[in-house]
Amino acid sequence: MYQIIRQILKTGIKTETPPQAADALRLEVQYLQEKILRQLGRALAIRHVDAGSCNGCELEIHALNNAYYNIEGLGIHFVASPRHADMLLVTGPVSRHMEIALRRTYDATPEPKLVVAVGDCGCDGGLFSPDNSCGDKGESYASCGRIANVIPVDVAVPGCPPTPVALMQAILTAITRDGGK
Amino acid sequence: MRLFTADFPELPGALPIRHGTVDDAQFRSLCEQLKQDGGRLVALWGSDERADDAGYALHVTLVGSAGMLCLTLPVRAERPAYPDISDLFPAANRMQRAVADLLGLHASGADDSRKWLRHASWPAHVHPLRKDFDGTGAFAAETDAYPFVTVTGDGVHEIPVGPVHAGIIEPGHFRFSIIGDRVLRLEERLGYKHKGIEKRFERMSAEQGAKLAGRVSGDSTVAYAWAYAMAVESIAGITPPDRALWMRALFLERERVANHLGDLGYLGNDVALSFGFAQFWILKEQVLRNNASLFGHRYLMDRIVPGGVMLGLQMQDKRVIEEECSMLERELGVLRSIYEEHAGVQDRFTGAGQVAPALAAQLGLCGLPGRASAQARDARVQFPCAPYDKLDVQMAMHDKGDVAARAALRFVELFESLRLQREILINLVGGDELSMPLKQLPGNAFGVGMVEGWRGEVMVAIHTDVQGRLARVHPHDPSWQNWPVLEHAILNNIVPDFPLINKSFNLSYAGQDL
Repeated sequence: MYQIIRQILKTGIKTETPPQAADALRLEVQYLQEKILRQLGRALAIRHVDAGSCNGCELEIHALNNAYYNIEGLGIHFVASPRHADMLLVTGPVSRHMEIALRRTYDATPEPKLVVAVGDCGCDGGLFSPDNSCGDKGESYASCGRIANVIPVDVAVPGCPPTPVALMQAILTAITRDGGK
Repeated sequence: MRLFTADFPELPGALPIRHGTVDDAQFRSLCEQLKQDGGRLVALWGSDERADDAGYALHVTLVGSAGMLCLTLPVRAERPAYPDISDLFPAANRMQRAVADLLGLHASGADDSRKWLRHASWPAHVHPLRKDFDGTGAFAAETDAYPFVTVTGDGVHEIPVGPVHAGIIEPGHFRFSIIGDRVLRLEERLGYKHKGIEKRFERMSAEQGAKLAGRVSGDSTVAYAWAYAMAVESIAGITPPDRALWMRALFLERERVANHLGDLGYLGNDVALSFGFAQFWILKEQVLRNNASLFGHRYLMDRIVPGGVMLGLQMQDKRVIEEECSMLERELGVLRSIYEEHAGVQDRFTGAGQVAPALAAQLGLCGLPGRASAQARDARVQFPCAPYDKLDVQMAMHDKGDVAARAALRFVELFESLRLQREILINLVGGDELSMPLKQLPGNAFGVGMVEGWRGEVMVAIHTDVQGRLARVHPHDPSWQNWPVLEHAILNNIVPDFPLINKSFNLSYAGQDL
């Protein structure tokens, strides 16, 4: 116990100042934001869904919980069920095998709800999309492409993977109408 | 041993591996000999050779006491079948089923011929890796109706978990059959992340393929990029400059350090020691930030390219890594003693999810979980490709095979990786030469690359077509071997210990679903 306390004191506080929201990431009018803020204050519950990623985006989502980004300190926490969630944080591309699971997770999330699509693959199918057909939506026999092909997306954050700061910015963008100012 | 020394020529390139073409009888008998010799299966995949009027082919990579061997078995188009080897190597079971789904080649006499990677998105008669399938269209969804094995009896019931899990985890389905809290059987159903990676390679150039290889499993991007580059270089007949090889080893060890730190944090978290999570993830974040500032990417994606590396380390920046190593050694010493002396941690770790060495050997457990169950397997030691041939890697071993052993090994491997990084820095000289130019690859060529990633051995095999384009790329993750062993590790443990046991293996879903 002495060792643990000494280590905690030695470590100190690592948490950094969070980033501001960015209008550039907005995909749709955020009609829900005000409602969510009014209903939930600063307590946002996020359900993460990996719909077919390479697991790279997940590494950065995990990092959001480390002491430097300390996302729980902002009142944002990850929950175990979509029924407890205000927001889905979805990584992709959406594999066809995950299409139904993603739709059901979306349906199980109570209104009002927000969806943030994470990473280049979540935005447009990324490297996994064939380059010769099916337009720009990134579909193939095994992939439905971008998240927005399967469920409505409010904010999409590119990056391979997006950094924790970019993820925080996207989450804050989704829940604030005025860009967090 | 006779079978390695004889007929088969060694492939060019960094990896000491022989390659030969065999018929059905030779295939089966070589596999049997190798099994008797204590050998094991690394990977099994198929390819469509009908463009050359040669039907199909099945390929296996095997490792025995005398080295690595790759066998190619031609398979007739009229009767697409080959001899089952899952009775010799249980790990072949799912690989064979994946070959049946993706290519329509069947293992004659196999006990288990259920589908594996195919769910409901394409019909049974469609085989995505056949060359006459273009891969772009979608099919009407069918019902999956996967025949799970059911356990019956008084008081037995099932818990279905997933594909969407409760934490920030990749998707997969676990079917537990339990009595009370005790697990009688676990059956895994994977393939949810299948997004057609192998089909995708077919339309890519060798350079584009490197990026895709680096995204087979994002947490092992360095291992995959290196294995892919090694395979391309074997085919192209080029050797990267020394400086590039040292840089690759530096990247690989940094990937190992970052992942082991993250895992140790989560192992603490899973036994309610959130202090462990906080501490280890501070350390991991510092490593990632140094990666970003020194190499331009937190996870080192796309830093390894066929022919060499994208960038080197400035000599004045050696100091940053040296300081990081010293800091980590200091902190890890404290944290290891806290984990070792914490009664709650040891109570949960000790004896949980045990895999006895005999079972590990029988099932072919590899990588870090393999070494925790006394399986002396580390490609850096067994088949040391440059620069590992100059590094004298100390293989870490344990014989308990429980969560405690897998956690303890992570500490040992972390210290060894830090030592290796210091060695690499000493050997890393300045200079501009970072890569060899990559020309058009020769036609109808074959190359293999394999490196010991943090999870285990990552292999990439590449076949080129007559014009030297990528005809078939098969990335193999060690999780193929280790997922089935997890089904055994959980037996007779309680359900609430599953997350902990699962985390102690930390296997890849993306890498096996492809």
